[in-house]
Amino acid sequence: MSAATLDPRVDPVRRSTAPVLARLPAPGVVLAAAWLVLVVLAAAAPTLLSGTDPYAADTGALLQPPSAHHWFGTDQIGRDLYSRVVHGSSLSLRATLVAVAVGVCLGAAVGLVAGAAGGWVDAVLMRLVDVLLAIPSLLLSLAIITVLGFGTLNVAVAVGFGSVAACARVMRAEVLRVHGSTYVEASASLGVRRPTVLLRHVLPNAAGPVLVLAALDFGTAVLAVSSLSFLGYGAKPPTPEWGSLVASGRDFLGSGWWLTTLPGLVIVATVLAANRLARALEGRREGDLR
Amino acid sequence: MNPLVRVVPNGTARHVLGRVGQAVLVLWAAYTVAFGVLYGLPGDPAALIAAGGDPANSSATPEQVAALRAQYGYDQPLLVQYLHHLGAAATGDLGVSPRTGPVAASLAQALPATAQIAALGLVLSVVVGGGLALLATYVRARWARQLLLSLPPLGVSVPTFWVGLLLLQGFSFGLGWFPAFGNDGFSSLVLPAVTLAVLGSALIAQVFARSLRAEASAAYADTARAKGASRARVHLRHTARNASLPTFTITGVLVGQFLAGTVVTETVFSRTGIGQLTATAVGTQDIPLALGVVVLGATVVVTVSLVVDLLYPVLDPRMRRTGRAPRRPSADLVAEAAR
Repeated sequence: MSAATLDPRVDPVRRSTAPVLARLPAPGVVLAAAWLVLVVLAAAAPTLLSGTDPYAADTGALLQPPSAHHWFGTDQIGRDLYSRVVHGSSLSLRATLVAVAVGVCLGAAVGLVAGAAGGWVDAVLMRLVDVLLAIPSLLLSLAIITVLGFGTLNVAVAVGFGSVAACARVMRAEVLRVHGSTYVEASASLGVRRPTVLLRHVLPNAAGPVLVLAALDFGTAVLAVSSLSFLGYGAKPPTPEWGSLVASGRDFLGSGWWLTTLPGLVIVATVLAANRLARALEGRREGDLR
Repeated sequence: MNPLVRVVPNGTARHVLGRVGQAVLVLWAAYTVAFGVLYGLPGDPAALIAAGGDPANSSATPEQVAALRAQYGYDQPLLVQYLHHLGAAATGDLGVSPRTGPVAASLAQALPATAQIAALGLVLSVVVGGGLALLATYVRARWARQLLLSLPPLGVSVPTFWVGLLLLQGFSFGLGWFPAFGNDGFSSLVLPAVTLAVLGSALIAQVFARSLRAEASAAYADTARAKGASRARVHLRHTARNASLPTFTITGVLVGQFLAGTVVTETVFSRTGIGQLTATAVGTQDIPLALGVVVLGATVVVTVSLVVDLLYPVLDPRMRRTGRAPRRPSADLVAEAAR
């Protein structure tokens, strides 16, 4: 017999139903979550959403407007645009995740060290962050791409570097807040070594706002990655990517509006959905703290 | 009488000098960071020059590459190169690009075209974003308020390149009101400036609306209302003036965003300018030119922030006595607005 059946307080059903019903998410949040699930599905298993080959040219259907057969229409050599958008989400989403991971991990590391070390280390690191904020993040990303060269991974790393500064600031502020709390003081006085205190006590308690920031960063990263891909610094032409799909429709603004408009709409929907969820997460956290 | 002189008679010069010194320091550090990224990361610029920007089809012999390396100083230790370039940059010499010649001259030639769309974009952003925030916090109907307040989050969620292409589609190809590309005349400025202003006005509206709401519950607003001032008068004469100060602070960030945003805008509208030059620099892996663009960007941001800081006591009388504004927005607010 396990502890769960003896102790009513840990009964999972009883504990969870009431609060979940009470804070049922808003319809907008549900819609946003559903869209993101769809995007993740498209990235993980594109063939589930589209049976058409994204590279198959159909000379019988050049520049067809959207129809029941081709939901997003076809491009100038007859490839199905819907299928290309679905298959393109894999690269775009992965680049976004890498960018957010790079920004959050590096930023959190800088913020943690600055906040925990204090003194001149803190001063130097935070001045460095100020300097990074003085360089427009897109220009910084472009400088990094200049050196690293083109490619989806390079774009992702460059975008991630652009968001290090903001993350470092939030992490430092949180570390300073947590550092003053009694449980940190208590474990320090018990003789726990400093690195252990930082990793076991300070980091987990400071991570919340940084994770909210990461969620907020997701939308920004989608925009930055697709902008750089639009400029042609991402994957090489035949490979579909959201930004480069819009770019390749540029030459057909007069004759094929769907080639730029529809992939763009998918980007907008993804950014809006990510931001909506991030705000909900932020509000929930603030509610928990109150 | 010059208002700046009248403002803080004691210590004004010291304050100004201190801020200028700080700005120069940030600029030097920004140069160092950009140099570190562009020269410190692994890469072989000499091989790129020899290959004409396309390393895959290089026909240059190792001797030719070595000669180029020596010519551009890439064979020197990084610190020597840094000191050499920094010394030159301090005198306004931003180095020589292997493709486009002296970097400072290229930037100076490209700047006016970009400054025009950025300036028009800024004016549009202030008018539209400011108006939107004023209206959204003034209307009483709940649905109208919600609708207006939902526009700025939408504005920051649409990709700039997509907005530009939609405008091109509608107004150049559809209605034929504006030229689709090029640099001639005022009509070619409108669409690129509107494209930039979508993001700019959304950022301004967000910050302005937030501080308008905060100021509306301040004691002085209650006092004004209690003395019989109309709602519109309190809104425009009292709260709007105080609430505009934090918004003023994000100008530096905004101008920096515009400068970076022109890379996309000028590509979409096939205009020449700093953005086009940046795209060329990245596309041909032109390291001196890329360094020049980043340094220009940082210079613009730092200079605008400096001017805003120095103008603050002129705009905010509370700062004249204490030397500090009581409700200065934090750097985090600015950083958040920039996201």
